[in-house]
Amino acid sequence: MSKFNKNKEKATPQVSTASLPDIVFMLLFFFMVSTVMREVDLKIVMQSPEATEIKKLENKNLVNYIYIGSPLETKIYGTTPRIQLDDAFANVKDVQPYIETKRSEVNEAEIPLLTTSLKVDGDTEMGIVTDVKQELRKAQALKISYSTREKVVKQ
Amino acid sequence: MAGKNAPPEINASSMADIAFLLLVFFLVTTTMDTDLGLSRLLPPPLPEDMPKPPEIKQRNIFEVLVNSNDQLLVEGEIMQVAELTETAKEFIANPNDDVKLPAKILKEVDFFGNVEVSKQVISLQNDNGTSYNMYIQVQNELARAYNELRNELAMEKFGKTYDYFLETKDKDKVKAIRKIYPQRISEAEPKNVGGAQ
Repeated sequence: MSKFNKNKEKATPQVSTASLPDIVFMLLFFFMVSTVMREVDLKIVMQSPEATEIKKLENKNLVNYIYIGSPLETKIYGTTPRIQLDDAFANVKDVQPYIETKRSEVNEAEIPLLTTSLKVDGDTEMGIVTDVKQELRKAQALKISYSTREKVVKQ
Repeated sequence: MAGKNAPPEINASSMADIAFLLLVFFLVTTTMDTDLGLSRLLPPPLPEDMPKPPEIKQRNIFEVLVNSNDQLLVEGEIMQVAELTETAKEFIANPNDDVKLPAKILKEVDFFGNVEVSKQVISLQNDNGTSYNMYIQVQNELARAYNELRNELAMEKFGKTYDYFLETKDKDKVKAIRKIYPQRISEAEPKNVGGAQ
């Protein structure tokens, strides 16, 4: 018995896990704050081109997205590039009403700050992009951003 | 010992588990990607009864055409994308006052005094069949030409790059630099530039 007791005294004391919930909560709050929930389900192939002279889009609430690319499900939708607004396919004609509805959702003072981000697949031909741009001009949504990835410059 | 009336303590050992569960949920749903892109301003729509715009002299225009085979024609010569930035820079700045490159006018600019500013316009035209990749590359190279010139100018005058002033939001200096090298990329009304469809 005495031997047994000696062994017990040698064992290292347990690390206190009392602060674990606090640490986890801290992480939790960080992710809760930084999370952006509104993401659309992409129905098109989107491989954006690379560029170097790029700028960050500042205010995510004031950005509208227009996706253009070939459909993912080619068996149903074919391979011609399509426009996606929110969660559905759309025609060029739908762009103007879409911008107008988005515009009515924000403060009047913020309307001039609205930006349209064009997320276009690199292999798309410019024809459809030009059409969308013409529609945006008609809708007076003149601030646009061609979404790209950052090119890693080899040195 | 606690008094007999004190309520029993709630077991908090499962708190960590609950918090972990939530944490994992947010970890999975989080998308951290910031949206990056080339910002441009589209021209406002043309009114029907618009008067004819004043003619721009040929020497002030830098013509960039991209056809449906993604080939580049700059000022009437076939060119690779890699050479575009240098050519555009030489055109915009016109350092040797070449008579074929854009004319300059005297302008008063803050910090700089009277400076000769070139009347350059870059005209970009693409075909309906041009790939978006190519289009972005061309736009990127042209933007790079402007940014490099602005950086060089800022370096010469203030000893700091133009990017530095952009980051520190030094609006007056950014404005002054932009006034000397204004970014004028004009896109023609769409039409077919040619090339096999």
